[in-house]
Amino acid sequence: MRLRTRRRLTRGAAYAIFVAVLLVVAVAADWGRLADSFLRPDVAAGMFPGVVTTALLNTIIYTILAFAFGLIAGLALALARLSPVAPYRWFATAYIEVFRGLPALLVLFLVGYGIPLAFPDREIPGGLYGSVTLGLGATAAAYTAETLRAGIQAVPRGQSEAARSLGMSAPRSMVFIVLPQALRIVLPPLTNEFVSLTKDTSLVYVLGVTAGTIELTKYAGDALNQEVNATPLVVAGLLYLVITLPLSQLVRALERRTSRGR
Amino acid sequence: MSTVRIRDLHKSFGDHEVLRGIDLDVAAGEVVCLVGPSGSGKSTLLRCVNALESATSGTIQVDDVELTDPDTDLDAARRRIGMVFQQFNLFPHLTVLGNITVAQRRVLRRSRSAAEKEAGSQLARVGLAERSRAYPAQLSGGQQQRVAIARALAMHPGLMLFDEPTSALDPELVGDVLAVMRKLADEGMTMIVVTHEMSFARDVATRVVFMDDGRVVETGPPAEVLTNPQHDRTRTFLQRILHPGA
Repeated sequence: MRLRTRRRLTRGAAYAIFVAVLLVVAVAADWGRLADSFLRPDVAAGMFPGVVTTALLNTIIYTILAFAFGLIAGLALALARLSPVAPYRWFATAYIEVFRGLPALLVLFLVGYGIPLAFPDREIPGGLYGSVTLGLGATAAAYTAETLRAGIQAVPRGQSEAARSLGMSAPRSMVFIVLPQALRIVLPPLTNEFVSLTKDTSLVYVLGVTAGTIELTKYAGDALNQEVNATPLVVAGLLYLVITLPLSQLVRALERRTSRGR
Repeated sequence: MSTVRIRDLHKSFGDHEVLRGIDLDVAAGEVVCLVGPSGSGKSTLLRCVNALESATSGTIQVDDVELTDPDTDLDAARRRIGMVFQQFNLFPHLTVLGNITVAQRRVLRRSRSAAEKEAGSQLARVGLAERSRAYPAQLSGGQQQRVAIARALAMHPGLMLFDEPTSALDPELVGDVLAVMRKLADEGMTMIVVTHEMSFARDVATRVVFMDDGRVVETGPPAEVLTNPQHDRTRTFLQRILHPGA
């Protein structure tokens, strides 16, 4: 058999297997029951508008709060990690290694229950929102710090040398010359971190949310229990995708732009 | 214009001694060309003169400021010393105008309008007045290097350092950059130029300094050093660079 014929047969077989599996699933599946469990229009309709005006909104708020904290703390950590002062470097390295190695859920428990137990006469400002900012932000800061450090180091040394040769001090050269270029470089990975943080907000329920502070996953879980039906999970899933899919597209567009070299 | 005074300058990177005792004086308005084989320490010497590299020992004085003194405010000293790099090192995220105004505004605290006016006149000086809104990536290498010169000039330096300013350029673009440097020399700027452009050294330099292996081997007016070198090493180097095929 000629090589080309054999290649065509292999390719044809691959298609055939795929179609066959699809057919078996389509025939064997109980479509009525599936639709009844996952796609009941009345259950889905009953979730609105609360699932958007409360749950989706809180998910977005938690994400933005934690991301903002992570960005600011991450920038401070990245600069500390590159600092000429050794203790700053040690602290930043230790923080980053520890918080990248701990599960986000554990950190959330630590902030939500550990700190209140240790300091019963004090409160984390902002209530639940404050705890979420700190609890998810502490982990996000570690990842953001590493991303920013990589970005700062990716800016050619000649850039800061040129800035210094014009009389700019080291901090000025960092703020006006190096950081703007570094942020441009790390925009795609930062967006990815935003996406994974969006999903991590599903952990917030462990802190005990109320009707006003509920986020998507908990909201869907409650509806699931109440209706004894899986449709809420599908609705919540779709709403997550409403946030994350456009961001993933944005990352791809940014990466295309970067690879073109601006 | 500034004067430079270098005494017994040594510079080591780890165990490797790149500069082994340099003495050099540059008078106001002089154009000194540093020539020599690669690895001879020319660029390191130049980078020591604005303290981008710190000297291991010895002294460097620009006007009455001693750069090697640990109490010297190097940021303040560098404002008066312009530097032009082989790779241009323009800021890619800023327009031509932004490149020339950023240090004026953040260091000299000039107003936006004053900084832009200064930038405009410096761009006219290097023949690029109409490209102020372009980004560096939209310019040819020769244009980028002229913007880099304008950026340095906007700080009103008394001394300009050029580190192989035409080595990264396509041959047909070299002339524009050299013309700007020539004009600057004619206007009386003190300049130290690391270069392989022997015709520029011959026509513009007031003095040529030949370096090899971290030392000054020979120094004098270009007519002497380039046409009648006294040392074998200078002769060999010039032969190689002027008749590469031979």
